[in-house]
Amino acid sequence: MRILIRGGRVIDPASGRDAPGDVWVADGRIAPPGGTPERTVEAKGLVVAPGLIDLSARLREPGYEYKATLESEMDAAIAGGVTSLACPPDTDPPLDEPGLVDMLRRRAKALALARVYPIGALTVKLQGARLTEMSELAAAGCVAFSQANAPFTDTQVLWRALQYAATFGYRVWLRVEDPWLAKGGVAHDGEVATRLGLPGIPPFAETIALGTLLELVRATGTRVHVCRLSTAAAVAMMRAAKKEGLPVSCDVGIHHVHLSDMDLGFYDSHCRLDPPLRSQRDREALAAALADGTIDCAVSDHTPVDEDGKHVPFAEAESGATGLELLLPLTLKWARERKLALATALARVTSDAARVLGSPSGRIEPGAPADIVVFDPEAPFRVTPETLRSQGKNSPFMGYELAGRVRATVVAGKLVYEC
Amino acid sequence: MQRNPQLNANGELQHLLSIEGLPRDTLLQILDTAEPFADVTEREVKKVPLLRGKSVFNLFFEPSTRTRTTFEIAAKRLSADVINLNIALSSQTKGESLLDTVANLSAMQADIFVVRHASSGAPYLIARHVKPHEHVINAGDGRHAHPTQGLLDLYTIRHYKKDFSRLTVAIVGDVLHSRVARSLIHGLTTLGAPEVRVIGPQTLLPAGVEALGVRVFHDMRAGLKDCDVVVMLRLQNERMSGALLPSAQEYFMNYGLTAEKLALARRDAIVMHPGPMNRGVEIDSSVADGPHSVILPQVTFGIAVRMAVMSIVAGN
Repeated sequence: MRILIRGGRVIDPASGRDAPGDVWVADGRIAPPGGTPERTVEAKGLVVAPGLIDLSARLREPGYEYKATLESEMDAAIAGGVTSLACPPDTDPPLDEPGLVDMLRRRAKALALARVYPIGALTVKLQGARLTEMSELAAAGCVAFSQANAPFTDTQVLWRALQYAATFGYRVWLRVEDPWLAKGGVAHDGEVATRLGLPGIPPFAETIALGTLLELVRATGTRVHVCRLSTAAAVAMMRAAKKEGLPVSCDVGIHHVHLSDMDLGFYDSHCRLDPPLRSQRDREALAAALADGTIDCAVSDHTPVDEDGKHVPFAEAESGATGLELLLPLTLKWARERKLALATALARVTSDAARVLGSPSGRIEPGAPADIVVFDPEAPFRVTPETLRSQGKNSPFMGYELAGRVRATVVAGKLVYEC
Repeated sequence: MQRNPQLNANGELQHLLSIEGLPRDTLLQILDTAEPFADVTEREVKKVPLLRGKSVFNLFFEPSTRTRTTFEIAAKRLSADVINLNIALSSQTKGESLLDTVANLSAMQADIFVVRHASSGAPYLIARHVKPHEHVINAGDGRHAHPTQGLLDLYTIRHYKKDFSRLTVAIVGDVLHSRVARSLIHGLTTLGAPEVRVIGPQTLLPAGVEALGVRVFHDMRAGLKDCDVVVMLRLQNERMSGALLPSAQEYFMNYGLTAEKLALARRDAIVMHPGPMNRGVEIDSSVADGPHSVILPQVTFGIAVRMAVMSIVAGN
């Protein structure tokens, strides 16, 4: 099918191009201009950009279908302009064997909406004890290996896992949090947690684990992507590690770019996140590092949680927030607040994420996969349970007015969403 | 951030969830209201009809004898019907959620819920979901707050010291896990006590505690110097030996209140303790039973203060 997206503001973050123009699509790819379009999308006054690539979105299948299903969350993805997403292995059972990965990919492919990139479990059942069959998992379609939020207690296993992954050139994506220092904690260990009487997670739970991981990267040469930074000190360590030339990259959850522990207010369980929301100073450092590229990407860390998981006291609440449909508006909000060029801001959720994922998407140039989002950066909408397609209605931004509405989404040359 | 969830649209006390954020006048109103109730408790007929026909549900998700009993006595002296629910042993273990429990009790026509819960903030969750005519009184939530204890401490201090404006108050011990300490600190800073000190080892003081408006001391002798009020905190058994403290004996050596250490405080200093006490761990018997101790009057005042709180919220 030949599609013409006509007269939009075309932004290709990879090349920095930001100019009015048409975008042609044919045979699943971005095509040179010409021919007769079978469909025309009018994009006057709208931005035409590569579809968003979200490096962390939980689809909750298999195992947690009461929280969300592939159908509901893939629908949310395209409504949010997300055309590729990586899903962490913390399903039930976890993605630690090829059959599960294969099933997930088939289910996703049958829906023919966003592209799904499974992240395999690094250890069996995410228990941090035995390595998974990484080659088998890679053959089944896993693009990287991770522990999701499950902790690594045995550093020997972590070292061996990194060595093994490096042997075959596999990428390893890890969160950094010392499980002993974080034990029992539910909030940033600071003035707010002290006032609210919530057990704290000190910032050095993150930097100590990051220090260990960076040493192991030095020793093994493994390509490691550090997930969900939360502290200013960790940002500084990543900056130094990159300067040193270590093969590392990192991301931040988009909520952490906007919120701090002050937003817990009177125990808002929607602000119960992993890692915890930290201080204003940390938040500022994260937002600045995402702008200067020290942090490579922003992710939604989409985690649908049902009401029962949130309608409990803060410390007992299940952690996580819905995010697939908020990634774009919250990225735009961050760009406006920091006065960033739209191309720079969008790079963090498109071309930079493609680089970490090893995906050919994330570009608007002839020959690239036709994964495209058309959006109105100014159009306001109120975040309500009704405006969100995700089955997860758990958001700290519930009730907020945000700007940025998706008008059309194209995946692999197919117009999958229009509004 | 939402408006203070314990005040109604007129700024009156709808629920009592925390001392933090309450205006000075509200605190004084509660203390003043408690004064005549303290007299009621001395009378031969100890009842007033203020809450006649009202139902008070004591919802204790965590075991408690003393606090539950004093709430029960306070409610009965106000002529309310009191229903005690020891939820720690019933529905929660059957898997019923906190909000379902509250909804069910609400259907039984409750007027006041007195709630104790092991999770900080649980009474806020309940207060958000009760009907407009129902009131929630926090009887202790996790490490967060124990506002009626804080108020009875304030009442006791005012009773013996008359006014707050020249006082030095020391709070000694496990501030990290103490809802009593947090409530008292907020109360004292709101009522204008010029110096509030916390004394304890680093392991028992929470991060950034100075931001609550207190001075931190690790040396108990330095911290007690010239104090008017010494508040000893209970040390839970499970914290006495492990990563926070090596032993109860060593804790007593460093932070136990003895007559010798108390001599560093002002000559007319009072000694308080929220109870139950661990004699020989945080406080020596000679001090607990000595002339400076006001620990038993605290319990008596506690009933009057809880009567005051219940009658005020029920009237708003």
